[in-house]
Amino acid sequence: MAQMTMIQAITDALSTELKNDEDVLVFGEDVGQNGGVFRATEGLQEEFGEERVFDTPLAESGIIGMSVGLSTQGFRPVPEIQFFGFVYEAMDAVSGQAARMRYRSGGRWHAPITIRSPFGGGVHTPELHADSLEGLMAQQPGLKVVIPSNPYDAKGLLISSIRENDPVIFLEHMKLYRSFREEVPEEEFTVDLGKANVKREGKDITLIAYGAMVHSSLKAAEELEKENIDAEVIDLRTVQPIDVDTIIESVMKTNRAVVVQEAQRQAGIAASIVSEIQERAILHLEAPVLRVTAPDTVYPFSQAEEVWLPNYEDIIEKAKQSINF
Amino acid sequence: MSFKSPLEGIDEKFEMIQILNEDGEIVNEDAMPDLSDEDLVEIMRRMVYTRVLDQRSIALNRQGRLGFYAPTAGQEASQIGSHFALEKEDFLLPAYRDVPQLIWHGLPLYQAFLFSRGHFHGNQMPEDVNAVSPQIIIGAQITQAAGVALGLKRRGKPNVAITYTGDGGASQGDFYEGINFAGAYQAPAIFVVQNNQFAISVPVEKQSAANTIAQKAAAVGVPGFLVDGMDVFAVYQVVKEARERAVNGDGPTLIETMTYRYGPHTMAGDDPTRYRSEDMNDKWEKRDPLVRFRKFLEGKDLWSEEKENEVIETAKEEIKAAIKKADGHDKQKVTDLISIMYEELPSNLKEQMEEYKEKESK
Repeated sequence: MAQMTMIQAITDALSTELKNDEDVLVFGEDVGQNGGVFRATEGLQEEFGEERVFDTPLAESGIIGMSVGLSTQGFRPVPEIQFFGFVYEAMDAVSGQAARMRYRSGGRWHAPITIRSPFGGGVHTPELHADSLEGLMAQQPGLKVVIPSNPYDAKGLLISSIRENDPVIFLEHMKLYRSFREEVPEEEFTVDLGKANVKREGKDITLIAYGAMVHSSLKAAEELEKENIDAEVIDLRTVQPIDVDTIIESVMKTNRAVVVQEAQRQAGIAASIVSEIQERAILHLEAPVLRVTAPDTVYPFSQAEEVWLPNYEDIIEKAKQSINF
Repeated sequence: MSFKSPLEGIDEKFEMIQILNEDGEIVNEDAMPDLSDEDLVEIMRRMVYTRVLDQRSIALNRQGRLGFYAPTAGQEASQIGSHFALEKEDFLLPAYRDVPQLIWHGLPLYQAFLFSRGHFHGNQMPEDVNAVSPQIIIGAQITQAAGVALGLKRRGKPNVAITYTGDGGASQGDFYEGINFAGAYQAPAIFVVQNNQFAISVPVEKQSAANTIAQKAAAVGVPGFLVDGMDVFAVYQVVKEARERAVNGDGPTLIETMTYRYGPHTMAGDDPTRYRSEDMNDKWEKRDPLVRFRKFLEGKDLWSEEKENEVIETAKEEIKAAIKKADGHDKQKVTDLISIMYEELPSNLKEQMEEYKEKESK
């Protein structure tokens, strides 16, 4: 075991898979000699060579389109989009092409591509770096969307994603890259895609979160405990497909739920979780399922992040609203 | 002082390459491709067959026995000539009008018809056919071709990726990105722009201020050639040379074939009389690739009316049999569509699979 930050766990997962499978290719803007703008690919080109880890021209559509082409030749591409706000440039290649490759060819071809990309607020980035766009991806049949909240999950989920034979969008929250360390096994291990994790058990209310909001939810749960409210916190880990079983089991126990996301209210995936709960467990609910989200504006100018981004206090407020309904 | 525009004289660098003129005469003996009599007859057979396929496809579409169809008449030299220069192991990324190349690359005719009708089996390329199904998103095939070519290079295979788009397609961002990536990696790709003068109703002059599409290759440091796309020899030879450069490690080539579609853009209600004149049609009909190649072959005593009729009859029979085979193919079920989404179904689709199995069993 070693103490790792999330970024180190990601590098470790990439290195593990580059070692395990000669068909794994890591590429993107500045991921080669430079080691990535966040050092996620540091040392990989040196260790595995330019044929395996390489820079690309600055063109997101080209990067993902090239990945689709490489897939037909038996490669397992792990491209990077430098910031997920740039995914618009590659939307056709991602949603119109990679996601549909198996279906459109009736299984003759497939696209075992893992698109890594940072996102997330709280670090005062310039425009279109921090936007939460997982909701766009979650609406595209053919994709899986993974968002780890800690170093252990990041390594296990990334290894699983790379081994997946269909495209995975792997979103890395920038604020979580180096915010804490935890024990991560040095040997290889996997965390199943599509499986949520109960981070804190509780009996009074279920808080469902992903990404940085997992930590805000855990902090809210600690504060709520002081007021004798016992919150269960679920980290989704995969936002498409959603682990409905874990959510419903929890809601049937607590009879109350709040879904927490950093994305705007009209975006993200909270609305679909609310739908799943009301379709499957309405008779178990003591209160409506509420949502903690950002306001429906464009992502804030960096100085306004603090007043705009949802935080643990917003979660406490909604939890109490549910309890007192 | 004033600087001289670098565009001055650029058109001279992209003069149209022609080998066979409209009268079926060889006008560029030095460039003549090395083709056996057998090859020559086979090329003509394929071009005639493809012309019949176009005529029959239009008729079948009008009868409602085919769905989406993009006419190909006029582009036989461009499509068949370029495809004839390839090897079976080369990888083909066609656009929606490039079904003939897919067929000659090995896609069974009935599957091409199923593609037209909208059935997934039409897109299930046989194992030995290195191709993806026709691309509807104009430009997407270009960036993918760069990836296929890089893949072939990394695998050390002596093969190329070839992809096609039209004159309108050369205005897309993905067109530029694809040829630029292939250039940056010196990947073995051949990019063919079939300039058939119109993108639906928009003439090529409205796409760009560039006088040729071939010269766009210069923007990415790749050789570009303008070819008479109604001349099967010129198309074949330029693609053949591009292929040789590519497999020798000398990178990609952009080829613009100057051609024309005699029919509408697609059979979905496009009416070319709204944007094309009779004069223009007459001018291009004089350049018909079949007419000039027929003259050439007849001059060498390699072709006759009898031979041509034989090809026409064979084509008609095979088309009839293929349509019948397509008719007999299983109808699609929702469970089929679910099963081809992922290798292993995610939880939502597992649930929906059960729902639809239940429905389909009733």
